[in-house]
Amino acid sequence: MSGVMSEEDLALPPPIIARAGNSAATASQWRLMAWRFSRHKLAVVSLVIVVLLYLTGIFAEFLAPYSPETTRPQYTYAPPQGINLFAPSADGGWAFNFHASGYDITVDTEAMRRSFTANPDKIIPLGLFVEGQPYRLFGLIDANIHLIGATDPKEVVYLFGSDRLGRDVLSRLIHGTRISMSIGLVGVVISLVLGVFFGGISGYYGGWLDSVIQRLIEVISAMPTIPLWMGLAAAIPLTWGPIEVYFTVTAIVSLLGWTSLAREVRGRFFSLRNEDFVTAARLDGAGEMRIIFRQMLPSMTSHILAMVTLAVPAMIIAETSLSFLGVGLKPPVVSWGVLLQDAQNLRAITSAPWLLFWPALFVMIAVLSFNFLGDGLRDAADPYDS
Amino acid sequence: MTAEPDIVLSVRDLTVDFTQRQGSFRAVDGVSFDLRAGRTLGIVGESGSGKSVTARALMQLVDPPGRITSGSIRLGEIDIAQLPRRGEAIRAIRGADISMIFQEPMSSLSPVHTIGAQVMEVLELHLKLDRKAARARTIELLGQVEIPNPEQAIDRYAYEFSGGMRQRAMIAMALACNPRVLIADEPTTALDVTTQAEVLDLIGRIQRERGMAMLLITHDMGVVAETVDDVAVMYRGQVVEAGPVDQVFHGATHPYTQRLLAATLKLEQPAARPALSVVSSPILSLRNLGKTYQLGIGAFGGKAKGTLRAVDAVSLELAAGETLGIVGESGSGKTTLGRLILRTVEPTDGEVVYSPPGAAPVVVRTLDKAGLRNLYSEIRFIFQDPFASLNPRMTVRQIVGEPLLINRRGSAAEINARVSQLLELVGLDAEMMDRYPHAFSGGQRQRIGIARALALDPKVLIADEPTSALDVSIRSQILDLLIELRQRLGLSFIFISHDIGVIRYFCDRVAVMRRGRVVEVGDAQTICTSPSHPYTQALISAVPYPDPRRPRMQQRARYTETSLGVATLR
Amino acid sequence: MLLYILKRLLYMVPTLFGMSLVSFLIIQLPPGDFLTSLTSAIADSGQSLDQASIDRLTALYGLDQPFYVQYWNWISNIIFRGDFGWSFDWGQPVSRLLWDRMGVTIFVSALSLVLIWALAIPIGIYSAVRRYSIGDYVFTFLGFVGLAVPTFILALGLMYISFTWFGLNVGGLFSPEYEQAPWSLAKFIDLLQHLWIPVVVIAISSTAALIRVMRANLSDELSKPYVVTARAKGLSEFTLIMRYPVRLALNPFVSTIGWVLPSLISGVTITAIVLNLPMAGPLLLRALVSQDMYLAGAFILIMSVLTLIGMLLSDILLAVLDPRVRYQR
Repeated sequence: MSGVMSEEDLALPPPIIARAGNSAATASQWRLMAWRFSRHKLAVVSLVIVVLLYLTGIFAEFLAPYSPETTRPQYTYAPPQGINLFAPSADGGWAFNFHASGYDITVDTEAMRRSFTANPDKIIPLGLFVEGQPYRLFGLIDANIHLIGATDPKEVVYLFGSDRLGRDVLSRLIHGTRISMSIGLVGVVISLVLGVFFGGISGYYGGWLDSVIQRLIEVISAMPTIPLWMGLAAAIPLTWGPIEVYFTVTAIVSLLGWTSLAREVRGRFFSLRNEDFVTAARLDGAGEMRIIFRQMLPSMTSHILAMVTLAVPAMIIAETSLSFLGVGLKPPVVSWGVLLQDAQNLRAITSAPWLLFWPALFVMIAVLSFNFLGDGLRDAADPYDS
Repeated sequence: MTAEPDIVLSVRDLTVDFTQRQGSFRAVDGVSFDLRAGRTLGIVGESGSGKSVTARALMQLVDPPGRITSGSIRLGEIDIAQLPRRGEAIRAIRGADISMIFQEPMSSLSPVHTIGAQVMEVLELHLKLDRKAARARTIELLGQVEIPNPEQAIDRYAYEFSGGMRQRAMIAMALACNPRVLIADEPTTALDVTTQAEVLDLIGRIQRERGMAMLLITHDMGVVAETVDDVAVMYRGQVVEAGPVDQVFHGATHPYTQRLLAATLKLEQPAARPALSVVSSPILSLRNLGKTYQLGIGAFGGKAKGTLRAVDAVSLELAAGETLGIVGESGSGKTTLGRLILRTVEPTDGEVVYSPPGAAPVVVRTLDKAGLRNLYSEIRFIFQDPFASLNPRMTVRQIVGEPLLINRRGSAAEINARVSQLLELVGLDAEMMDRYPHAFSGGQRQRIGIARALALDPKVLIADEPTSALDVSIRSQILDLLIELRQRLGLSFIFISHDIGVIRYFCDRVAVMRRGRVVEVGDAQTICTSPSHPYTQALISAVPYPDPRRPRMQQRARYTETSLGVATLR
Repeated sequence: MLLYILKRLLYMVPTLFGMSLVSFLIIQLPPGDFLTSLTSAIADSGQSLDQASIDRLTALYGLDQPFYVQYWNWISNIIFRGDFGWSFDWGQPVSRLLWDRMGVTIFVSALSLVLIWALAIPIGIYSAVRRYSIGDYVFTFLGFVGLAVPTFILALGLMYISFTWFGLNVGGLFSPEYEQAPWSLAKFIDLLQHLWIPVVVIAISSTAALIRVMRANLSDELSKPYVVTARAKGLSEFTLIMRYPVRLALNPFVSTIGWVLPSLISGVTITAIVLNLPMAGPLLLRALVSQDMYLAGAFILIMSVLTLIGMLLSDILLAVLDPRVRYQR
């Protein structure tokens, strides 16, 4: 045993800790967070899914086989067709043939409606990057290429089934992704602005201002959300256009979501205000603004990011619920909630379960991904606690 | 192994491993010792030495992923090391044959159960007493540990007790079933020195009366010297030196023990330094400085339930080049006083006047923001907690450079050069400046904090317990650094500490605070050897002295509220 | 203790005031006022109101008064006379419509709350004590799914499953044959058959949330020093966990009732709409869609007040459970 007493004995000079190979010594908080985050496999997968969902929203026109408005009265409530990669070939074996099954149509003359069954023997060849209905990408680029579709433009395919008016559920879902996911994002930005503003002044100044804001938050968070949302959304005049309704609904949804963000920000401000390193900055001569922007905000951003991520699913659920009830977004706007309106009663969902299944699945995947992502971010948000 | 009759617990080659993903860590490495009836073994070591894990292993209380991997712990015929961690056999021993007192009495007691319920539980469990008998016995026990009014105290909660009373309740709980072995894991570390002395007295007395074997875990050489019969020194999981206390203190053979003793004894006398040449004019004077807190203001801004006078009419003067110590126990107002000077806590009354040499005096209270900013570059602050006081999200370059940047001291390149110079001044390699604080040890971080304080060429430094979070060996290094810097840079210091040793080592003069007031001011050496105020006498004599041949604590002066004298002010 | 309750009651006053303001704001929010709706409703039925009666009604309801006077009229009628205004859609006083529906709503909510606690506490304890075990992962995953499914989708899904798999039509609270029947055991069983779906639907998301709260609380408590103290006394693992950390983890858990209640009421509302139960939800939706605003406002106010009362109860419960709360007051 040598007489080594502690690292400090040798520290004068040269230093001995954090030798070569210890890159953690010079890693910034974001790098440390990324390391921690990447250990959360589920969170990483969720991040990929969230990014994919937003890409779906952005490139909806290209990804959707049809326009969400294309109605085909002859194909109402057509069930989803199966996709196959192989088909029996002429020589009796199996050959690669990317196709969907066609329909057998029976007409019930009494009820005056047609019913459809998918027939695997009817082959509708499918292709990738097929030409189809023209659209304008980002409102700028004229195009008519769709990711997937029937190679013969005269054939129709309903991969996820069709609705009451013979519209393609898949196309409507893809377009609905744009609206629903963006409401989550825009709503969270509004919440964030409100939350940081109110939480910040509440936590930084304290006193009577804090008391008033706290009472306000208390009132809002103690009121049952859905009835309150319904009450506010019901006041949207029927005469308003889709864009106005969209922004009003977003605002309503975010109005009630900012409270938890404000609480978080306030709490952080309160605890950070008394941190020694903030006092140290004050004693370095730093002004209020410099303290907030250089010391306090960098210590909060990661936590706020996690909170914001965790707030998105509530917004998505809110939009979906309100639109489902008929007081949120309304047709012709397409959102997941609007799609679910078609699955409102037992009759609809027993005769066309795909109207419930697909939108519900998308909502759940989006909400789950945001939850896992937010959880991963929250765990990674403070890389210094261990 | 031939068992000697008075050996109660015999530990042989005890090894505890912590298995984690990154690999295995050996916390306790082949430790052997015996506990004898009526005798106390002290295990002493710095943080990370494995002393606490050793104590917990004796009761199979090491939490996973820690595990006893080899060795034996013999209690009579039973080998505790072989017992399953959650089995009935070990449970029958815990609290009955071996019991334990912990470091933090507040968090070691349940906050929602009464003190009585927690003591009675042990009696009901092991002695099968019924409720009434258990209650009677508990009252008796609380009386034995000198808790006043045990009949009432039994129904009180832990938060209604002071720290010392809580620890007494813990002791009562540990003694309930008359155990053969008492393990005390840093039992007084969280307490003030005067309370520490009384609790140690109590434990010692009870141990002697009952003839228990005791294991005392501590980092404090003074406590060891004053209370134990035998010592084992632990370092990195191993016992490096063991023997009777006198032999270890006066004939230590292992270099670690020698260094530890040297570092401890070094703080028992003043540092060698030239005396102040001329008593110059005061650079900083506090005049009747005070702070009153309003307690329990409701959300509606209702009337306060009461006021707390945290600092009460403190008048002190700091001469240029002088080091003034401020010493006191918890709640004495010393930390608040430090913050009042720079108005990080706004004083309610009184004045602070800063009189820089060759410039007009500045009344701190009247300063506007710009004036305060100028003051902050002349008077700088060193914080207690080297972890909390450095922003973990900034590099050392940014942290040390921040005051330079804010006060516009030169170009980016000049600031960089200054930062490297400062880091070298405090004994750190300038090449480390792009690292973040988490890459540094506690002592190194404190050096970074000192470099930041020195960045603006201050005249005065206020240091708030700058060494209390550090181990004893590192403590003296930081103090030596400060002494060197003081001489090189001609600094004046206000040095706040609860540790008399540190104050004596470092300070020229010292002010003793109690309950917001200064009770005594004077030359540091005089106050530490022959204080005149009864409180100071009690305080000084309660400090354990790290030499078993010269115990101090046992003959200590006691101080009670009735002997409150008039504070002597300079 | 009495003082504490009094203080909490006093504390509620500004919150109640805020809630009533928000509710009144919702009444006032739609363009046009109550009278416009009334006239258009009468116009729809082919009749018309002459200007004289419009003026008379305007004066009667104080519609020409400023906002705060109208608010005062509304709230003072509620407080002093229990009069919540008039529902033009139903042609009845609002208060008559309110209490029936609220009764069932409270009953179902309370039942759900019991289920939530009965599930969340033991599962939370299990997950915290056996952290990172297979069972913990299963419950954690189920919890995440429970949180991710919006209540109405869950209701629709269960409705679909029970119909296609069991052939049960679960809308409403009773099968048609028992709708008007007097109370009997058969009717009660029929009620339970209908009730389990809404109760489960309402309970699931809150249960999922509370399992996570309980698990987090207890995990924190399990690492506290007093647990080691209790272990050092020789208590068995089960006894010590139940007596100490669980007891402490329950305290913050009790106060979660504050945010469980609003989401519970939300869940009840939307579930009742989907399953067409005779509760407040469908009536509220109908009132909102037909802009029968006094009825809608009354529902929102009553639901909020009930939530607040629930919170008060949880505060009192917390003070009973935790001596520190009593001590600090």
